[in-house]
Amino acid sequence: MQFEKVVNVGGTTESGRETFVLNLGPQHPATHGVLRIKLTMDGEYVMHAEPVCGYIHRMHEKMGENRTYAQFLPNTSRIDYLSAMHYTHAFVGAVERAAGIEVPPRAEYIRVITSELNRVSSHLVWFGAFLLDLGGFTPLLYAFDDREKILDLLEAITGARLTYCYYRFGGLCNDVDDDFLRGTRDFVQYMRPRLGMYRKLVTDNIILRKRLEDIGPISAEMCRKYGATGPVIRGSGIPCDVRRVEPYSVYPELEFDIPHYPGGDCMARYDVRMEEMEQSLRIIEQAVAKLPEGPHIAPKVPRVIKLPPGDFYYAVEAARGRFAVRIVSDGKDIPYRVRLRTPSFANLTLFGEASQGMLLPDALALMGTLDLVIPDIDR
Amino acid sequence: MKNLFKEVWTGFGSLLTGMRITLEQFFKPQVTVHYPHESLKMAKRYRGHVVLVRDTTTGKSLCIACKSCEKACPSDCIVLDGIKREGEKKKSVTDFKLDFTKCSLCGSCVEACPIDALEFSKNYNLASTTKESFYQIDLYKPTLEAKAE
Amino acid sequence: MSIPEPFRLLAYLVGFLSFVGLNAAYLVWVERKGAARFQRRPGPTEVGYAGLLQPIADAIKLMTKQVLVPLEADRTLFRLAPVFVLTPALMCLATMPFSAAIGAIDFNLGLIMVFAFGAINVLAIMLGGWASRNKYAIISAARVVSQNVAYEIPMLLVVITLLMVTGTMSLREIVDQQAGGFWNWNVFNGIWDFRGGGWGHIGSNPLAPVTFVIFFICMLAETNRAPFDMAEAESELVAGAFTEYAGMGFGVFFMAEYANILVGCSLATILFFGGWHSPIGILPGLLWFLVKLYLLIFTVVWIRWTFPRTQFYKLLNLSWKILIPVSLITLVLTSVMLKLF
Repeated sequence: MQFEKVVNVGGTTESGRETFVLNLGPQHPATHGVLRIKLTMDGEYVMHAEPVCGYIHRMHEKMGENRTYAQFLPNTSRIDYLSAMHYTHAFVGAVERAAGIEVPPRAEYIRVITSELNRVSSHLVWFGAFLLDLGGFTPLLYAFDDREKILDLLEAITGARLTYCYYRFGGLCNDVDDDFLRGTRDFVQYMRPRLGMYRKLVTDNIILRKRLEDIGPISAEMCRKYGATGPVIRGSGIPCDVRRVEPYSVYPELEFDIPHYPGGDCMARYDVRMEEMEQSLRIIEQAVAKLPEGPHIAPKVPRVIKLPPGDFYYAVEAARGRFAVRIVSDGKDIPYRVRLRTPSFANLTLFGEASQGMLLPDALALMGTLDLVIPDIDR
Repeated sequence: MKNLFKEVWTGFGSLLTGMRITLEQFFKPQVTVHYPHESLKMAKRYRGHVVLVRDTTTGKSLCIACKSCEKACPSDCIVLDGIKREGEKKKSVTDFKLDFTKCSLCGSCVEACPIDALEFSKNYNLASTTKESFYQIDLYKPTLEAKAE
Repeated sequence: MSIPEPFRLLAYLVGFLSFVGLNAAYLVWVERKGAARFQRRPGPTEVGYAGLLQPIADAIKLMTKQVLVPLEADRTLFRLAPVFVLTPALMCLATMPFSAAIGAIDFNLGLIMVFAFGAINVLAIMLGGWASRNKYAIISAARVVSQNVAYEIPMLLVVITLLMVTGTMSLREIVDQQAGGFWNWNVFNGIWDFRGGGWGHIGSNPLAPVTFVIFFICMLAETNRAPFDMAEAESELVAGAFTEYAGMGFGVFFMAEYANILVGCSLATILFFGGWHSPIGILPGLLWFLVKLYLLIFTVVWIRWTFPRTQFYKLLNLSWKILIPVSLITLVLTSVMLKLF
């Protein structure tokens, strides 16, 4: 599709047609959150998209400078509440790496199981919300029905349904019981046919395919330029996953594939996420089978942790991409700086370039496949 | 040309498959819980409102007013006071106020307590029309009232 | 017994108005309950037993809202547009026979009349969008007009195919030709025709079920139902064609949508499924008509809650590039078969 460059924002295009500014305002009918995008439109085509974020800035990084390491743990769950376990894992991993605390293997395996369950539940929310954007109202409720099962499992061991504060420095806050393991095994058996049903109901549906194929191409070069990670870059053909590139926890001992599709269009990113759910189920099965006995937390972790002075970094593969925590410490029990590198921020920045010249509904479909969670952008 | 035919054929088939799946779901039972006519039983470890644990024999709270929970709370929610009475080895609490407008149910206070005097309740019906119900909740009063009974 | 003519027409008028009114209100209930069951949840249950009084609560809410007419809108057209949308539906119903005894007017050009009135619907939506004086309403209304025009053509081609088989345009006679069992219905008798007696002979329209499917898809597009609901929902981030309408003005558009579905499904029943004749050949009557009608309406609801929305250009492509060629092929095939057999 040939499009003309905007001569000046809010002005006229090269051929002299007038453009107008449309506000994809902070209040969305879809479930994206509070993000404002200023679109300069030429009729139905998007000429220029400028995201304005900050409507839900809660100063997590500033709070990191005022709280001890243990007091910052609840914050980590609330940065991206849909994949809270991953974010806590990154922070706890950074502190453990800095203080030299060794985590017992049972705790590592349970961390992997709960993280992967959280990844499945986050992808189910994405699936439902994305289809709601496109006008299919029913798969949202089927996805939330499956998600209820995950939430019930995690509620039984952690006590919370969304903002779990489950990991502690050196392990977990409490151990899992047999009910959880049995429930997880049952859930994996239940979920596989459901994913098959979603494939037949949604993925193979000709209307959805026509809506997503060849829409919103994002090349690998663009991903590298903007630092997009996660399913966005894997949908452009590059199998980059933190679990394989910079392995952490017990992922090297587990067998799973990294789904990647070369298309670069919305359909490829959709397929990557659906495939990721299957791979997560595979990981959960293996981890439950291999779960060793032992303590659930490292012995003799000091109550108040003081990290040696220095710069510490830990990255995980969250549901939306690469999440990393960088802690700068000056020896006190309060960090000097906590920097959170969130995936949605980088994924959002490529929306401006990727949506040029697209029709507005296609631009919305593109934004849906980027899987943005706005609290993740604004922290 | 042949591709177009194939596409139309498989496309129409996919529509019929989708319709069959939703029809199957039509005849299955409902999965929602009709709150408030029905309600669910909370899990054992459910994080409801924090409460002081009472000793089953004496009815007094176990709290020794060591202020570990006050120091551990990330949001500065807890304010407590205690005095050392005669004849007792440890302090006992006289005043325990929780600011529930800031509490994030993180559990730091429950974990920090050396004698497990704090626990999560299963109380989730926490709607009220006044701010005072949440701001500076007195957790010590229920233990006094229970002792008086 | 025959009632004097003016009273008969009055009785039919009251009957149709109440039928349409009751249906428009309770089809909302059917849709909400149906959607809920597809999504495995209860739907409205609080107001009345099983939520049966919910449409009445909605109607009261709509009637008590303030009707705001925008300052720069064309006041006459703004108020006229809802009327123009509802009236054709009522008039189309006047030509349709509901059973052997019930039928307001037996017009020998009944079929053409239905399509003539259906075309006014398109005009009315354009009026509504234009009179609102709202940029997005006009764009949305223009989209609806192009969608409706694109889908009228395959519908008319399909109906012409049917007319060649039936040879008459009177709706009552079309139904009478489908008497007998379900194999005599127009959707099946094109394949193998038993009506000549004995073992029957090859029918005149071997693609009759395809004909029905095309008619159904066009009917969904004409009434702006999902997956073709550009007017209402796609512009959810901008605005729909009916943004400026509040309160009962919007209520009338809403009623008109359900009245149009009613008209479309009754037409499909009459043309393809044998009207009031039963599938086993005995005991024809109004009950069979209503059963078939509501099964078709259930299918319309079912389709809405299963599929996502199509994209606008692909929708027009579907009509111009796929439906029209297929309906032309059935037309040519039917005329060839009629000539040969």
